[in-house]
Amino acid sequence: MTNTSLKAFNAMVRRDFTLALRNKSEWANPLFFFILACSLFPLGIGPEPNTLEKIAPGIIWVTALLAAMLSLDGIFRSDFEDGSLEQQILGPHPFTILVYAKILVHWLITGIPLMLLSPLLGVILHLPADGIILLMISLLLGTPVLSLIGSIGVALTVGVKRGGMLLSLLVLPLYIPVLIFGAGAVDVGLGGLDTSGHFLLMAAILVLAITLAPLATAAALKVSV
Amino acid sequence: MDLVEPGTLSLKADHLTCVRNEIELFRDLSFELTSGQVVQIEGSNGCGKTSLLRILCGLALPAAGHVIWCGTTIQKDRISYNTRLSYIGHQNGIKGDLTCEENLAFYQSLGNAREDISIDSALDQVGLLEKDESPARKLSAGQGRRLALARLIMTRAPLWILDEPFTALDPDGRELFERCFDRHCSKGGMIIFTTHHPVALEHSQIQFMRIGHDKH
Repeated sequence: MTNTSLKAFNAMVRRDFTLALRNKSEWANPLFFFILACSLFPLGIGPEPNTLEKIAPGIIWVTALLAAMLSLDGIFRSDFEDGSLEQQILGPHPFTILVYAKILVHWLITGIPLMLLSPLLGVILHLPADGIILLMISLLLGTPVLSLIGSIGVALTVGVKRGGMLLSLLVLPLYIPVLIFGAGAVDVGLGGLDTSGHFLLMAAILVLAITLAPLATAAALKVSV
Repeated sequence: MDLVEPGTLSLKADHLTCVRNEIELFRDLSFELTSGQVVQIEGSNGCGKTSLLRILCGLALPAAGHVIWCGTTIQKDRISYNTRLSYIGHQNGIKGDLTCEENLAFYQSLGNAREDISIDSALDQVGLLEKDESPARKLSAGQGRRLALARLIMTRAPLWILDEPFTALDPDGRELFERCFDRHCSKGGMIIFTTHHPVALEHSQIQFMRIGHDKH
């Protein structure tokens, strides 16, 4: 990456951060959804600690996944509507660099808060302390993948009016591997087994997604615009 | 923009055909534009003016034909074409939640900006200096257009492709655009634009091009 490309990357990160700070509902609403949806389960299933402990990793992971999906539209929709996206595509840098910046900001304002909130929900669902730590590690490795894969889905549907439903149909099946290994790692760890296999696989998925997803997203956006 | 010798740069449309929604908008369209020239594209609504401009920018692909910049097709070397190009579409590309100043600062750090024009002086030229701290969402449609012009003034790109730049502008604003056009061309810049308004430039000759099928 040349110096000026790095400057463009930084400018994009700074701009998207400023926009997120001024438009708080964009990142706060998915987090409230995450907390609310998770806390519905003890109410519906009953406060039996053993049952809750058993299903806690799965519940937290599924709701985190849905919350991430709800926040996806914000990555490109407003830029698409006001013409900023055209300008970024026609800019003097490889567009993929700007896509990296936008995905990074999306992860920082949704993935990281989801991870930081997960201990609270772990406590509500009677997850033991070491389970909570495993959950946080799995979310740290998994949430960037949610942003990266999700960005491809948004890029494909951004030109479609009311693409929300289509987006979930496209993206949710692709989230399955992350869900299996993320929730699985916590289960395995609580059972007293070694979790490194799960975490290494998640890290591998993450590396794959970092390498390929932004390229696919940039190509899809060029078609959508 | 940096000074360009007349005739050293060229944009060539080579037998372009555009098909949208299975309707052919134009076929075998060819023309050439060199530095210092202005082309106004004319045609009735829906005849493909915007499609043509998007093809020339590289945002859309033609059904047949090529767009050639200084001898190479634009798809071959996107980045170097992009550094020579500045485009204003139907949308101004302005973020409502950022102030006018922040909007321009973003485009400035995105690259290709002139070093001799500050954000304040660009805003001053388009008459938005007193609005520099207010969020761009509060601008009227015409003021949004002026802000887009400020971005154009700040780039070093010799080729301007403008889609209906005069919409929503008051007579003052139109004169402002015309003055900028004149200055740009006298330095060897090239402009392709669409409009339904009559435009008068003091120093440069506008070439007209009609596209689409005439109804009569």
